[in-house]
Amino acid sequence: MSERRFAEVSRESVRLMAEGAGVELGDDVAALLAEDVCYRLREATQSSSQFMRHAKRRKLTVEDFNRALRWSNVEAICGYGAQDALPFRSVKEGELFFVEDRDVNLVELALATNIPKGCAETMVRVNVSYLDGKGNLEPQGTVPTAVQSLSDDLLKYYQQITRAILGEDPHLMKVALLDLQSNSKIAALLPYFVYVISGVKSVSHDLEQLNRLMHMVKSLVQNPYLYLGSYVRSLVSSVMYCILEPLAASINPLNDHWTLRDYAALLLSHIFWTHGDLVSGLYHQIVLSLQKVLSDPVRPLCSHYGAVVGLHALGWKAVERVLFPHLPAYWANLQAVLDDYSVSNAQVKADGHKVYGAILVAVERLLKMKALSLSQSAEGHSGAHPGSVVGAASYRVNSPGLSPPPEPLSEAALGIASHLQVGGAGCHWEEWTPVPLPAMYCELYSFFGDSLAVRFSTGPGFGTHSPCTPSQLSNSRKEPPGPASNLDTTRKMPQLTANLNISPRQDGSPRTDPPPPSLSGTGSRSKSSSSCSRQRSAGLSREVFPKARFTSPQTTPPAFSFLIGGRQMGQRCQGRRPFQTMFATTPPVSAVPPRTYAHKLPVIGRVGKPVRRWTCSHYSLHLPL
Amino acid sequence: MAAVQGGMSDADIETDIKTEPSTDGFGNNNANDGRVLSASPGSGSSTGSNKQTAAVTPEDQQTLLAVLQFLKKNKLIESVEILRREAGLPENSLDPKATESAGAGSGGAAGIVDLEGGDVSSLLSRVTGSSSAGAQAPTKAVAEDQPDVRVVLSAYSQQGDPTLYEVYYSDLKKFIETVLDCHRAELSQVFYPLFVHMYLELVYNNHESEAKAFFEKFSGDQECYYEEDLRVLSGLTKKEHMRGNETLLDFRTSKFVLRISRDSYQLLKRHLQERQNNQIWNIIQEHLYIDIFDGMPRSKSQIDAMSGSLAGEAKREANKTKVYYGLLKEPEIELPLDDEDEEAENEEGKPKKKKPKKDSMGSKSKKQDPNAPSQNRIPLPELKDSDKLDKIMYMKEATKRIRLGSDNLPSVCFYTFLNAYQGLTAVDFTDDSSLIAGGFADSTVRVWSVTPKKLRKVKSAADLNLIDKESDDVLERIMDEKTASESKIMYGHSGPVYGISFSPDRNYLLSSSEDGTVRLWSLLTFTCLVAYKGHNYPVWDTQFSPYGYYFVSGGHDRVARLWATDHYQPLRIFSGHLADITCTRFHPNSNYVATGSSDRTIRVWDVLSGNCVRIFTGHKGPIHSLAFSPNGKFLASGATDGRVLLWDIGHGLMMGELKGHTDTIYSLRFSRDGEILASGSMDNTVRLWDVMKAFDDLETDDFTAATGHIHLQDNSQELLLGTYTTKSTPVIHLHFTRRNLLLAAGAFNP
Repeated sequence: MSERRFAEVSRESVRLMAEGAGVELGDDVAALLAEDVCYRLREATQSSSQFMRHAKRRKLTVEDFNRALRWSNVEAICGYGAQDALPFRSVKEGELFFVEDRDVNLVELALATNIPKGCAETMVRVNVSYLDGKGNLEPQGTVPTAVQSLSDDLLKYYQQITRAILGEDPHLMKVALLDLQSNSKIAALLPYFVYVISGVKSVSHDLEQLNRLMHMVKSLVQNPYLYLGSYVRSLVSSVMYCILEPLAASINPLNDHWTLRDYAALLLSHIFWTHGDLVSGLYHQIVLSLQKVLSDPVRPLCSHYGAVVGLHALGWKAVERVLFPHLPAYWANLQAVLDDYSVSNAQVKADGHKVYGAILVAVERLLKMKALSLSQSAEGHSGAHPGSVVGAASYRVNSPGLSPPPEPLSEAALGIASHLQVGGAGCHWEEWTPVPLPAMYCELYSFFGDSLAVRFSTGPGFGTHSPCTPSQLSNSRKEPPGPASNLDTTRKMPQLTANLNISPRQDGSPRTDPPPPSLSGTGSRSKSSSSCSRQRSAGLSREVFPKARFTSPQTTPPAFSFLIGGRQMGQRCQGRRPFQTMFATTPPVSAVPPRTYAHKLPVIGRVGKPVRRWTCSHYSLHLPL
Repeated sequence: MAAVQGGMSDADIETDIKTEPSTDGFGNNNANDGRVLSASPGSGSSTGSNKQTAAVTPEDQQTLLAVLQFLKKNKLIESVEILRREAGLPENSLDPKATESAGAGSGGAAGIVDLEGGDVSSLLSRVTGSSSAGAQAPTKAVAEDQPDVRVVLSAYSQQGDPTLYEVYYSDLKKFIETVLDCHRAELSQVFYPLFVHMYLELVYNNHESEAKAFFEKFSGDQECYYEEDLRVLSGLTKKEHMRGNETLLDFRTSKFVLRISRDSYQLLKRHLQERQNNQIWNIIQEHLYIDIFDGMPRSKSQIDAMSGSLAGEAKREANKTKVYYGLLKEPEIELPLDDEDEEAENEEGKPKKKKPKKDSMGSKSKKQDPNAPSQNRIPLPELKDSDKLDKIMYMKEATKRIRLGSDNLPSVCFYTFLNAYQGLTAVDFTDDSSLIAGGFADSTVRVWSVTPKKLRKVKSAADLNLIDKESDDVLERIMDEKTASESKIMYGHSGPVYGISFSPDRNYLLSSSEDGTVRLWSLLTFTCLVAYKGHNYPVWDTQFSPYGYYFVSGGHDRVARLWATDHYQPLRIFSGHLADITCTRFHPNSNYVATGSSDRTIRVWDVLSGNCVRIFTGHKGPIHSLAFSPNGKFLASGATDGRVLLWDIGHGLMMGELKGHTDTIYSLRFSRDGEILASGSMDNTVRLWDVMKAFDDLETDDFTAATGHIHLQDNSQELLLGTYTTKSTPVIHLHFTRRNLLLAAGAFNP
């Protein structure tokens, strides 16, 4: 036949397949086989279309094809059921194209207690339309090309909401965000909101607006009626922009773009935890871009800061995989910045300290979680008795730093290598082998010196997690179901709490919690408190827009803000607190062990100076919580 | 897929072809619709057609014996047993050594073996009597296919010079192109079946390259509505592939039916005889059924309106049986007058109540409708007290019903399924619109209450013991308040749920699934009560009878089954479709069942006898929705081609064509008065049609009921009353409430 009517399997392909199975085929046999294969494929496709039609879909799925195969007594083909298109990869030498075939760790999958779930419960909603009995001819919400073609009501809603969120009135904004978070009828507007949010690039000079857009993201993500689908990607890229980009607003040191980055990182982890399964490979993409920024020395420090915070938000495994191996190389750069005492460098140096602090927090979490996971696995497996299962599970759920959900992780672990090969970015994944804890500690200690040691050795979470687990457990029990949790409390809630834990800084460091008992025994107490306050004030220097930052969490349902308060207590002793007290440890140079970089430390204590005048706003900030 | 299980070697087939040429007609067992003698001309064809049509029983007996012998030779003992039992042949008819005398259980498999005139009273009891036979029915359907295939294919074994095929065909083509215009359209009908059969002959005889060339050359000439089939055909180039191909089997097991006027037929016959074009003549004799009529040849548009099905048009005789399409008399229920507001309503409510009924159902109130079946033609369940209450509710609601019409369109209420990523595949509303059920691709069935009344389960047995059974509100007391919720999920199926139907009394729910079962669920306990196994393949649709108790199901095995809820085996098997049955509907009087199929035909079956009483052709794609008008006179059907066709059941005629949708029509529903037809489609629209106008317009035309050659007006645009666009939600189900509010349902498709 001269004209090709169908896709055809060439005889070369058949021969290659046969070779793969260890059979040598003659030319004629291969040709016959190829023809037969084509025919059978067509036949199966034909009957699979019937399953599609009866499922009332327009898209033929892998599932349909497998059903057709099964009914014609052919074994189904597994592994192609992903929602996204499977990427074909090519091998140049062989001119071969193949679909990537990753291994899936079934054990991890089976033991997974918190498989992320991107969609809410199926429900029926009724709306009375066409009361007049006259038909409407315009398409309704079919993702039209321009805003104008939306129905009047939707259009009005859209205008009101965007105006309220981006407008001046904070109360209006609260109401708008709350509605955005609970309205079930705005699915048609999703593209528009996503578009608005993607406008982050155009308002990078206005922190306030950026903040509001981020809150908009949060509301959309939390709306249980919205199916974000592939819009997740777009949202993530907007959030990533706020985390990583050297925003125009950050030129002015008075602008607290740090908080925005923290908040965006928090949001990122939230999106990933709740909607990560909507887009396959999201985790890799995020991690990759974070890694790229981190390893790019040309980028400003605030970008690096974003990358570190982002990694931290993604969980300690991300930190372990990306940040830790990269640390030696990065440290040299950072050190250069911190070493430069010239006046012109003051601002950059302050930024450097930010990065230093973020890294320290990240690696401390890393060490703690790693120690914890080791001790847990050493304790005999979590499946031993139900109590421990619950404990371990809930702990894992509650502390995002422990690990990302098992499923994406295994995917990451196994699939990332090839992705990187394709992308040509980074190289840590391939040769990555888990560094044993002591070695890791030694290396980190060589960077951070005692500021690390104090926290690590005496921290409450180290070795035994028992003191904090009960509180976490009780916390999770006490959690009142949020407004959104009537759908799927068990799944949705952990994700909420997860992101809240990550960044205590988000809700303001100036909390005067009683220091955790484990810390009270450490030396240099007086110094710690003084520098603590200094650091707080340093933290406050960022709160240029305290209102925007603090009112927004309040707009979220009461349960949500309650969580912040409640969780803070347990978290404080493990999370950022060490970061703050780190400045307390400013020991005299002589006291520091002659480690490689340890002598840099005293410098850090002095950083607070230029921002001290902001201390006054400290108390006002404290109030909203 | 149902066809060949493989396992036989080629050699077997060859011998079979040699030894059993006499079983040619066997395949036609499938088409159990009146096998009436055609007026086909003599000249060599007489033997073939005589065998078809003369005495059915002795010839069939012979065929069966031949098949039995063949099965025995191949050591298919089980199939032999089954077939013999089904056919009611005595065991010794084949094997003298056998001692057991068979022949008893012939009553069981109603549809497959022709069973004329069922016994009224035994319909319900029959199943218990002949359960063993019924149980075998599905197995048989499969087993039967095996000999079928080779028998069917053997017809192609005759050799001709492959190179001459093209010459023959183009010769005929040239001839038809040069005949008078009035005959050309009619004679052009033979192109497609001839083309297919000639192509298949070439393929069967291993002339692959010739077959390809033949296809290349002439496939472009065929009507566009055969495109789908041609695509299947073009992939088929090897003899080996022919055995498993369903479409091919369908084509072969039934004669392609053409309607040609006598004049045109004489022309064709004369031409072929003059040219000694035996190859083509043989095909016409053997594989085509030409239904000759006297009178004016039909025009191209008339032909196009009726053609498009897999096996040509319906024979005229197939639609001659009398169909009792009238409605059954409603039982007299006096409205209780004790209630206050009811009294108030009755002052003016009563006369009103009579009025709409008269309009809608055509003065059936007191007198028996002459077109209605007798009240006990099929046994129906007796009314329970609760049913009577429901009837009263219905009548009360009916008094508040809004008369719809072209100037008074209904409001539409859309029920959107959100977050239905598990794939909403089927929806049903209860008649009183209080519950909505959804079938999902993840095998679940979910029920929602759309009124403030929550769904509650019955208490556990232990708790029920504690209840005062004498109390008045015992029905309320048995419900467990703790279980109240807006929706319930029911698990049980192991494949996507494709069909779903509430029982009229709202106590049960039926669901049919890909796993081959139909399940009956209790809406009191929200558990599965029965899994009806019979279809061994996906069951595409199921529906409760309007009187409850019976239900019908149809699926991939091309067979529709009639069940009663208290029998685990089917009461009737309706077989005759050449491809999957995609949708099933009960006639409002419960005496008939309509099925739509992928073979692009609609068949109406008599529940009593199991016979096919109507075959409607004209759709150009698989039919996915059917709806009877409330007065039982009309049937509407929607297909993947986006067209709605209207049929007159009594006369067996096409009444109209409604064009407007651009995608598959998944839902059709008449308003409660039957004045308006609503259609819902994949193209995200609901459209309303003025069917009254469509019916009236046609009746004022010269109504050629005798020939059935109607002139369809292309007036879809006039009949279209409204188009309602959804918010990117395909419309899967439509429902008119008792007050004529239109409800629509579908899953939001982001």
